[in-house]
Amino acid sequence: MAKSLAELKAIRDKKLNEINLRHGKNGYRVVVGMATCGIAAGARPVMVKLMEEVDAKGLVDVTVAQTGCIGSCRLEPIVEVYDANNEKVTYVHMNAEKVARVVDEHLAQGKVVDEYTMTVVDGKVIDPTVKG
Amino acid sequence: MKELSLHILDITQNSIRAQAKLVKLVIIESVANNELTIIIEDDGCGIPADRLQNITDPFVTTRTTRRVGLGLSLFKAAAEACGGYFEISSTPGVGTKVVGTFMRDHIDRAPLGNMADTILTMVMSFGAADLSYEHNCNNQLFVFNTREIKETLEVESLNEPEILNWIREFVSEGLKEIQEIMEEK
Repeated sequence: MAKSLAELKAIRDKKLNEINLRHGKNGYRVVVGMATCGIAAGARPVMVKLMEEVDAKGLVDVTVAQTGCIGSCRLEPIVEVYDANNEKVTYVHMNAEKVARVVDEHLAQGKVVDEYTMTVVDGKVIDPTVKG
Repeated sequence: MKELSLHILDITQNSIRAQAKLVKLVIIESVANNELTIIIEDDGCGIPADRLQNITDPFVTTRTTRRVGLGLSLFKAAAEACGGYFEISSTPGVGTKVVGTFMRDHIDRAPLGNMADTILTMVMSFGAADLSYEHNCNNQLFVFNTREIKETLEVESLNEPEILNWIREFVSEGLKEIQEIMEEK
């Protein structure tokens, strides 16, 4: 086997300080709907891309996790972004390309990507932030 | 579902919702027996006998966000459409075991698909729960165990990009090795 646990441990030791920062409370918490509806609609590539982009941008205070069915199966894959105050923005019909933009604009710069949220009605954006 | 690996990801999410601490995934591929078998076993809360009877009925679900439950129904249908069978057994308080068997060369059998990404996504969604994964390809074995990684690294969670990247490559390379041997034969 080319890869060994020792190699992984070395990578980790090098990055230990960075990892400790991740548990700061200022960052975003991102959850992906991972029930049957979400998975069938493409939640897996969305989850993988989130990991890749968060890593590439070095966003150490962002955590990515899963949630069950959010109840709007027709809008899957759904990604919810919670900020430090537990205020939530819901992105719908997500794919890898849209994830790249959300990570770049929302998670890195704090700007909500309005047109991917579920609050676009007849072309108008309603305030996409739901108070926690 | 386009890939069997997506069914696997889906069914293991049931285990997580059942508060499993350990999910065991076994995949057996055998050209000689024309077989592909997927076994998912957990130590979650289990399913009472009266619910188990109609568990693969799409209109039976425990969730409250919607009234249909398709995960096990779809997996059962996929296995049965490929000359295979589906089995579920469960003991409340002990755990649940799901088995799906497929005729490997059946025209309707979906590809196993991207197991590395399924394992990666499982690890990201498992929280404190552990995964033990064994993949047997014509008696060539690949094993992966998150408990072992957590103990080596002395961490409680593997949900960190550099660990996840390593896991993805580890699974991808490990499976390639055992599958290449199968193709050579």
